[in-house]
This record gives sequence, structure tokens and C-alpha cells, in this order.
Amino acid sequence: MSAPVSPALLDTAPVLDIRGLRLRLPRTARPVLDGVDLTVSAGETVALVGESGSGKTLTSRSVLRLLPPGAVAEGRISVAGADVLTLTPRQLRTLRAGTAAMIFQDPRAAINPLRRIGDFLTESLRLNTKTPTAAAEARAGAMLEAVGLPPALLRRYPSQVSGGMLQRVMIAAALMGEPALLLADEATTALDVISQAEIVALLADLRTRFGTGLLFVTHDLGLAAALSDRVCVMYAGRIVESAPAGALFARPRHPYTAALLAATPRLDAPQGRLDAIEGQPPDLRTELTGCPFAPRCASATDVCFERTPAADAVPGDPAHLVSCHHGDRLEGSTGHA
Amino acid sequence: MTAVVPLRRPGFARIRTAGAPLYLLCLTAVTLLVLAALLAPWLVPADPNAVDLGNALAGPSVGHPFGIDASGRDTLSRLLVGARTSLLGPLGVVAFSTLTGVVVGALAGWRGGWLDSVLSRSTELVFAFPGMLLAILIVSVYGEGLMAPVLALAVAYLPYVSRLTRSLVLAERERPYVSASLVQGQSGFQVCLRHVLPNIAPVVLAQSTINFGYALIDLAGLSFLGLGVPALTPDWGRMVFDGQTAVQEGYPLSAILPCAAIVLTVVAFNVVGEHWADRVARRDR
Repeated sequence: MSAPVSPALLDTAPVLDIRGLRLRLPRTARPVLDGVDLTVSAGETVALVGESGSGKTLTSRSVLRLLPPGAVAEGRISVAGADVLTLTPRQLRTLRAGTAAMIFQDPRAAINPLRRIGDFLTESLRLNTKTPTAAAEARAGAMLEAVGLPPALLRRYPSQVSGGMLQRVMIAAALMGEPALLLADEATTALDVISQAEIVALLADLRTRFGTGLLFVTHDLGLAAALSDRVCVMYAGRIVESAPAGALFARPRHPYTAALLAATPRLDAPQGRLDAIEGQPPDLRTELTGCPFAPRCASATDVCFERTPAADAVPGDPAHLVSCHHGDRLEGSTGHA
Repeated sequence: MTAVVPLRRPGFARIRTAGAPLYLLCLTAVTLLVLAALLAPWLVPADPNAVDLGNALAGPSVGHPFGIDASGRDTLSRLLVGARTSLLGPLGVVAFSTLTGVVVGALAGWRGGWLDSVLSRSTELVFAFPGMLLAILIVSVYGEGLMAPVLALAVAYLPYVSRLTRSLVLAERERPYVSASLVQGQSGFQVCLRHVLPNIAPVVLAQSTINFGYALIDLAGLSFLGLGVPALTPDWGRMVFDGQTAVQEGYPLSAILPCAAIVLTVVAFNVVGEHWADRVARRDR
């Protein structure tokens, strides 16, 4: 986990700083995102993991203010110093075209099938910065080479290339505006394992070459461990635990993280049945009091149902934050026990 | 990437006619009709308005292959020149209703909210009002001429196009490439104009081709009633009206031929339009 940027810069200039983000959707009883705090420094890779519906995709979409209709966001999201939630439409377009870029889950669906790949890559540059077509195409060709594709692909249509290649095209498009922050929303989920490994290697390589901050949204814990410097675990719209990748996987402090790790299939330790987590995640149509995980938690006590736990640093490890009343109970446990 | 591909002229690859002889036939008919209308002034054997009362209601002859009508005018010449007004009118209706319908439908579907409600409800008001009646009303106010009925019918056809466009835009805006384009920093207007509208265009155009046939019937009906097209201008609907006396005299040819022309054109345009619509619907998305 080598950081290409000097540690001093890492501390002072986060490219993404989310503070107390709350997101309400129409016809829900409680916020979908409930006080999310998250930072990504330049050149850092942060993985956001959680099960379906935990709000990880909404968090990454909020960063570019790509919200569902009727959504109301509170809190502060700053991307390279700009407060995303208060930008004017024009400023927002500039931010989207340059500072921050997003890679989508299914490249086949996220690229207009009726336009050439070259159009897709150069469109943003041509429209937003009035770059001449020839210059934009030259840059697109260079970006294709940077992601390991031949520039001849510019003339082709999305249906003529494979899914893995198309995801590389997507990454090349994201790099066109020299972004400081890259948001990858389940970027490898729609791909087969081989392409997945290639894309992950590519992302790690680009991070060191361009010094881009990367927020990697995934539900694949193994992938998060392999790629990221820090991992944030989301549950029911809150970040329940965040820690450096090594510490989180070796010594999870939140019962949910521990349960997730126990439910991960492992090849090296055959263990028969997987430990599924009992129960269901909380329904969005019901109010929540206390810890959202309490009903499914083995170590829950009365206080868990009454008070919402705050994010506290684990003693002796200020970078390891956990929102649990009984964070100390799992002390000494290991994730893969 | 260096695989040997059979050479194929791209222009002809688009016309996929295998297993669709009816479509091919109708496409040929449409092409011939359009050519005949375009070249009518050079094709006509006689002046369509020259009156030869001595030969009125004469049967087919060498000089007049389709005979002469009750007013002593050459039927073939009137059919050919009449094709111009009879095709130009529906073309105007389709062009105008497609343009405005796409604008209205795209605005309603893309912006949504109150604008959608206002536009959708007001176009539905037009649905409640019969198109023919609207056309008769406008023609009686503005007098004769092709413009008034064309505009009136365009307004009557607008809701069909706008409703189709709105539903297509609603479906299209949910597709991930729209978000992806927005996230690249394109404005909503640019995404709608550069991505969404081109992608839904084939469906809308197929619908417009079908509308062409309906508009032709409506316009022919209007000129049969003596509305719109000026009395002396050759027009198929007008010819059917003029042919009534010939039918009573027992020489129906000058009335039947324009009727056949109308039916043939409408069927041809419908078959072609339906075929295009089917092909668009089957297209891999």
C-alpha cells in the first residue's frame, strides 16, 4: 500500500471530504444515508463495502450530486475544496467534467450504444472546454493507450468490443478530464474474474501514475482488501467501521464487520456451511432507534436499542473508527477465526 | 480484427427484404409514387386543366390512357399532378406534427413535474376534439388553400407523436448511459439533444410514416368535401368529388382511379411504416 504522494499532502488536502451527509428520499421513514463521514486523500484508495441497499452507491453518487428525483441532501461534501451540494449547475458541470469522474458498474449500459467509442471519449472535452476535435481525439487515443487499448478502438462501436475492454474505455473516459478523484461504483461486478483482476490491476497502476484519489464501491470484501488503503463498512446508511485495510480484516471491531468476514467464502480454509447473518437489514419505511444492527447482533444489549453509537477511535489506533457500544468485546478476535 | 468480411455495400444492407415481399412491393410503390409526383410536370400527356367538353366522359384511348372526366379533362394528367398536392399535404402534416410533437414530448418526458402535467393534459385536450372537425373549423375561418387544413391536421396529429415521444424519453432517461453522460459534465439539454433524441428517432420516424397514411385520408376527405384545396387544383380527393357526376352517368373510371390511388398510397405507406416500426422494436437494445 505505497502512497505516491507525500504524507504531508495526504494529511492536509483530502480530495473528497464528506461530513455528516444525510440523504432523505420521498416516502421513506428515515434518511437513506444517515450521517456519513468519509475522506479520500490524494492518491489514496478507499473501499466502501456493504450489502445491497446499505447506501454505498448513493454515497458515491452524492459526491457528483447525481441524486434520485426528490432526494434531499444535508451535510457537506467537498471535492477538492468545492462544496458539491451548493454549486451552481455550471460549476457542477465543470466539476463533473474535470475534477471528479465516475466509473459505472455495467459499461455495456453506461455507454451510448449508437455512438462510436471515440465520440464517447471526446464528447465531454469537446463540449465543455471547446477543445478542437483533432486535439480531443489525440488525447483520447493517448488515454486508450494508458489503459492498455489500441487507439484504433476510437472508430469502433461499443457492441464491437468485449465487456472488459469496454470497462477500460470507461476508465479512459474518466481519465480524460485529469480527475483528482475517481469514483468506481461496483466497477468490476459485471465482469468475469479475469477481466476483474485486470481492471483492479489497472486501477492500482493508474492511482500510482496519476495520483488520483479512488473511492471504490464494492460488495466484494476480497477485492476491497486487495486494492484499498482504507476500508469503510456501511450498514443501513451509516459507516459502522472504518480502518486501514489490514487492521479491519485482521481485527474487526464491529460485530457486523466480523459477521461479514465470517460469511465470506474462503478457499484456503474449508469450513462447511457459511455463517449467514441472521435476519434482514432494517426496512426504509420504519423508524430506527439505537444501533441499526442491534436486532441482528449477537452481542446486543439494552443500550444498543436505545442509543445510537457514535464513531469512536479504537484505543491505541486512532485511524480505526468503530460505531459500536461494545466495540471492545471483539478485542482480540480475528476476522477469519 | 483482421478477419475477412464479405464485401457489402452499406447502402443496400439497410433494406432487408428477405421474407418480406409485401414490404418490398410497397416500398417500390412508395418510391414510384414519390417519383411520379416529383416528375409530374414532365410526365403528363396533356394539360391537367385543359377542357375538351366534346370528349367528356370518353373512355381510354391512345391520347388519354385513363379516359376523360365529366368536365372534359385528361384523367391521367390530373392523377399525376394531383399526386403532388395529395402527397405534399400529408408531408406537411407529418413534418409539422413530428417536429412539434417531439419538442413537446421531449420537454414533458425530460423535465417532468408540473411542465409534464401541463403539456400532457393540454395535448390530451386535443385528443378529445375530432381532428376532422378541427380542420373544418379552421378552413372555414381561413378560407381555401392547403396551408390551413395542413396546420389543423398537424395540431390534431401532434398528441400522437408527443405521447409516443414522452413515453420513449421516460424509458430512455432511466438508462445508465444518461447518468454516465451527465457525470461527464454534459448538461441535461445536451444529453437530451445529443443522445436521447437520436436514440429514439427511429421509433418516432416509423410512427410518422404510419401517420402519413392517415393524414392523406383525412386531407383527401377534406378536399372531397370541397375544403382546403382550391377548386381547379388537381387533387385526388377533389377528383373523387368531381367524379360523382361521371358515376351517375355510368362512366365511373374518373372517380374510381383517384380512389384506388388513395387506397394504394395509404396501404403502401402503412406497410412500410409498420415494417420499420417492427424492425426497430426487434432491434437489440
